[in-house]
Amino acid sequence: MSQPSMSEALRGVIRRDLLLAMRHRSDVAMSVFFVVIVASLFPLGVGPESAVLRVIASGVLWVTALLACLLSLGRLFTADYLDGVLEQTLLIPQPLAVLVVGKVFSHWVISGLPVVLLSPLLGLQFGLSGDSLWVLTLSLLLGTPTLSMIGAIGAALTLGLRGSGLLVALLVLPLFIPVLIFGAGAVTNSLAGIGSEANLSLLGACFLFSFAFAPWATAVALRIALE
Amino acid sequence: MSGTGINWFKYSSPQALYPLAGRMIPWFAALALGLIGVGLYVGFFVAPTDVTQGDAYRIIFVHVPAAWMSMFLYVIMAIWAGLGLGLNARPSFMMAQAIAPTGAMFTFLALFTGSMWGKPTWGAWWVWDARLTSELILLFQYIGIILLRSSIDDLRRADRASAVLALVGVINVPIIYFSVRWWNTLHQGASVSITAAPTMAGTMVTAMLVMMFGFWMYSIAVTLARMRCVIVERERHPSWGKQASMPDAVEAR
Repeated sequence: MSQPSMSEALRGVIRRDLLLAMRHRSDVAMSVFFVVIVASLFPLGVGPESAVLRVIASGVLWVTALLACLLSLGRLFTADYLDGVLEQTLLIPQPLAVLVVGKVFSHWVISGLPVVLLSPLLGLQFGLSGDSLWVLTLSLLLGTPTLSMIGAIGAALTLGLRGSGLLVALLVLPLFIPVLIFGAGAVTNSLAGIGSEANLSLLGACFLFSFAFAPWATAVALRIALE
Repeated sequence: MSGTGINWFKYSSPQALYPLAGRMIPWFAALALGLIGVGLYVGFFVAPTDVTQGDAYRIIFVHVPAAWMSMFLYVIMAIWAGLGLGLNARPSFMMAQAIAPTGAMFTFLALFTGSMWGKPTWGAWWVWDARLTSELILLFQYIGIILLRSSIDDLRRADRASAVLALVGVINVPIIYFSVRWWNTLHQGASVSITAAPTMAGTMVTAMLVMMFGFWMYSIAVTLARMRCVIVERERHPSWGKQASMPDAVEAR
């Protein structure tokens, strides 16, 4: 039997993870509802004045996206770890980093993409309009894959530890901060009429950088966790 | 490893390192005490009063060296962590483990003295500018590395996992260093650099450099002392501690 190629293995991992997610649709729905509810709390807490809401919109929605990513990180490797699939995955002859890319991509499709798709709606709730609404969506589209990439490192490092949910937040949130700053900054700048290209470019750079290094670091961390 | 020269790998065994560290600590501690004493004296009594900031600026003699050390120690810690991963050497991981709390302490000191300096000069204890934020992230990273290590019971995994985290976090160090140049921030740019003449009086620079070397020596002394604790804690050999040099190997594990 011939070995499957690298791209076939990648596709296999993505297909399996997405299929599993489809079988547990409530998991996906939960992170979507989490985002909607958290975003709705702020107007209630801060007050309904649209001038204030417009100013805090980018920060609030970005932090919400961060938390949604964080909360779903537990699902990235834990189930596979508990039922032994992950151990078998390490034995696959294809590079582990490539398989990690597949898992991270599926994680993003399940937890990040819904937030991106929802963001114009949530932005409207906060009184954003026109350009800044699109900048918000675009910044989340560029930023959330980076969050999943960085988050995967934390998820792999804390795999199977007691209190890993809280620990992964402490490890990963500091590393999320640059993405948060550039992402929220893009929206703020577009509101101020300065232009958001610089921040969006930096977000793109963050994504490329994390894409180059994070899967590799995650693979190393997974091997450490399972040895 | 056999050769005519010095066997450098001798000290890669914790058992040989323990007495060596013990012999080195008093020297580095004495150097640290002397240098910090001289640095503080020059800083507080010899260096002239600043024209615009008055005497408030004198916190610089603690603040700047502490900030340098916070970044420097992180890089050193990451190098030891990388060496540990690459060479699979336990003492490297122990060094990384021993450096982390000192690095966190200096990061906190830099932030703390910075806010004490910020109040009289900027009128605020804290501003969210790029350098302050990135230094705060550094503190979070140190804490994260210490927490990750302490929450893994298996020593081998604890070593390696925290090493990976330390290496991932290295990216923040150049961001802190260049933040005042990349972003237009409230925090002033570097007053001292290797490539250009310093923009401050000679005695001030001298005091700052002396303080930095003092902090450096302090870090070495404290790290070695902590290293000895780590060795004793990990090796848990009954006769260790009382009798520093063991005749037979302790490499049972």
